[in-house]
Amino acid sequence: MPAATPTAAPALPPGSPLIGRPDGNEAAAKLAPVAAPPLPAAADKLPTAQLKLPPGFNIEVYASGIANTRSLRVGDKGTVFVGTRFGNKVTAIVKKDGKTELKTVASGLYRPNGLAYHNGTLYIAELSQISKIDNIENVLDNPPKPTVIYTDLPKDEAHGWKFLAVGPDNKLYVEVGQPGNNVLHDAAHGQIRRMNLDGTGAEVVARGVRHSVGFDWNPVNKQLYFSDNGRDWLSEDVPQDELNRVTKVGEHFGAPYCYQGNILDSEFGWGHSCSEFTAPVALTGPHSAGLGLRFYTGNMFPKEYKNAIILARHGSWNRSKKIGGDVVVIKLNKDGTVRSIEPFITGFLVDNKYVGRPVDVQQMADGSLLLSDDWNGAIYRITYGKEKVAGK
Amino acid sequence: MSIEVFMCRIVVAALLLFSAGQPLLAETFAERVAPCLACHGEKGRSEHPAVPSLGGQPAPYLLIQLYLFRENQRASTYLKDDHMIEVMSEMTKGFTDDDLRNFSDFISKLPPPPPAPDPGDPARMQRAAAIITHNRCNSCHGLDLAGQENVPHIANQREDFLMKTLREYRDNIRHGYDGVMASVLAPVDDAQIADLAYYIARFR
Repeated sequence: MPAATPTAAPALPPGSPLIGRPDGNEAAAKLAPVAAPPLPAAADKLPTAQLKLPPGFNIEVYASGIANTRSLRVGDKGTVFVGTRFGNKVTAIVKKDGKTELKTVASGLYRPNGLAYHNGTLYIAELSQISKIDNIENVLDNPPKPTVIYTDLPKDEAHGWKFLAVGPDNKLYVEVGQPGNNVLHDAAHGQIRRMNLDGTGAEVVARGVRHSVGFDWNPVNKQLYFSDNGRDWLSEDVPQDELNRVTKVGEHFGAPYCYQGNILDSEFGWGHSCSEFTAPVALTGPHSAGLGLRFYTGNMFPKEYKNAIILARHGSWNRSKKIGGDVVVIKLNKDGTVRSIEPFITGFLVDNKYVGRPVDVQQMADGSLLLSDDWNGAIYRITYGKEKVAGK
Repeated sequence: MSIEVFMCRIVVAALLLFSAGQPLLAETFAERVAPCLACHGEKGRSEHPAVPSLGGQPAPYLLIQLYLFRENQRASTYLKDDHMIEVMSEMTKGFTDDDLRNFSDFISKLPPPPPAPDPGDPARMQRAAAIITHNRCNSCHGLDLAGQENVPHIANQREDFLMKTLREYRDNIRHGYDGVMASVLAPVDDAQIADLAYYIARFR
C-alpha cells in the first residue's frame, strides 16, 4: 500500500514525545528525553558531598546499588520499599545491627513504579495493574506472589508508569496519565482515581491531569495535593509544572486544554477558557518535572517545615538550559494556599548535566527524610541537627 | 549456509552447552568477547540473518540492552535443536555489572557498518524518507541516524533485523527501555515498516 503522504505539518502518533516539537529549529532538535543509566552508581561515586542543604541539615547515603530507584514507602517496622520504572522488581531495605540488607519482595513485574503501604499491606502499581502483599514485613524473606486487585487500567507506555497512595479516607489512589505529550485523551486517561482497598468501587477524583507522579494529603485539612507535569515543546519557559489541590471530587485541572492555569493550549485550547478549569495553587518551574511529594509532619526538622510540602523535582529535558534536578520546600498558608517555594536540596545539576535526579521523598518515623535518585540508583537520608554525617 | 553462519551457530551451541548454569570460567576478555563477534561480526557488521550489526552503537545504548538481556527484560528467541531459547539472556547470565560495562565499551568501538551495496530504488527511498520526516525519527536518532547516548545507531543496520525489531517495538513485543518507540510506531503499518527498513539499511 502507498505510504502516507507527508504534509507540511505532519500529525504525530498519539503518545509521541515529539508532539508539538517545532520544525526546523536546531536547538529544539537537540532536545530528547534523558534516560537514566540502567546500572546503579557505585557507592563511592554518589554526589552526596556536592549537595547543598540549608544550614543544620545533613545528607548521607541510606542505601545504594538498587537500579532505578523511584517511589519510596516505609512500613511500620521501618522497612523501606522501593519501586522502579525500568526494572522489574520491588526491593525492600532492612537496616539491622548497623547493616543494610536488600531483599527482593516481588519480581517479574512490569514497570512497578507505584507503591503504597497501609496497615501492614504493600500495594504495587505496575503499568496496567495493581496488586498487594499482606503482612509484608513479616514475609520479607519468603514473600508470596502479589495478589492482583485491580486491572481496569489502560496499557499505554506513554505516561503509563504510576504513582500510588492510600488516602486518609482509607482508599487507594492511583494516577492514569495522559497518553502522550499533548493529546486529547479519552475518559479512561488523564486522571486520578480512587478505589476501595480491595480494588472495588473505583471513581475519578481529579480530571485534566497530564501526568502526576506524586501526591499526598494535607494533614491539616485532609485535602489532596498533587504535582502535575506540564506539556513539552510549547516554549523554553512555559508552561510551568503545577502543584494542584483537589477540593471537590471530579474537578478538572485543565490538561490538555489549559496549562498552568492561564495558558490555553495552542492546539486544544480553541473554544475553551482557562476559567473552566481549576487553577494550580503553585507553579513549580517550566519542564522541571516535579514528581514525588510529601507533607512533612515530623519533629526533627525546624518548626517552619512542619506541614510543608517537600517536592522532588526530577529535572527538565525539554529545555536548553536545564532546570530542576533538586528538592524544594513549599510552605503553605493556613487556608492551604502556597506561601513560598524555596530550594531545599540542590547540586544534582552541574554544567547543564545531571549527576543525580530526585524522584520521591518519604518521611521516616524519627522525622528524617529519605530521597530517591533514579539516576544513581541510590537513596539518601536527610537529618537535622547533630546527626552524624556519612564520611565524617 | 555460509561459513560465517555455520561458525556462529557452532559457537552459540557450544557456549550454551558449556556455560549453562555455571559461572563463566573464561579466560581473557578477548576469549569472552569472541562469541559476540562470531555472530555480530568482528568488524561491526553482522553477516547473519536477523542478527544485528553492532558497530557504531553508543556505549550507553549497548549497556542498556545488555542489562535488559541479563534481567530477562528483552527477548532474543533462538531455535536450538527443537526448542526455543533466549540466546542473549543465556549469554549474559552471570555477567557482573562491570562485565556489562566492559562489553559495552568494547563493542562501542567497533566501526559502523557500511551501507548495503545497492543505492536502492529511488521512489522507495523517497517514500521512506517521507515516513522518517513524518515520524520525526531524526529528533532522537540524529540527521545521520547515528544515534547518541541511549539512542541506537540505526544507519545501515541489517534490513531484516530492522523489519523484525520495528515490528516488535510497535506490537509491544520489544518493550524497550522507556516505551518511546512503542508510542512512536503505534500508527506505522507493515508496509511502512518495510520501507523504513529498506531505506535505513541503504542510508548514505
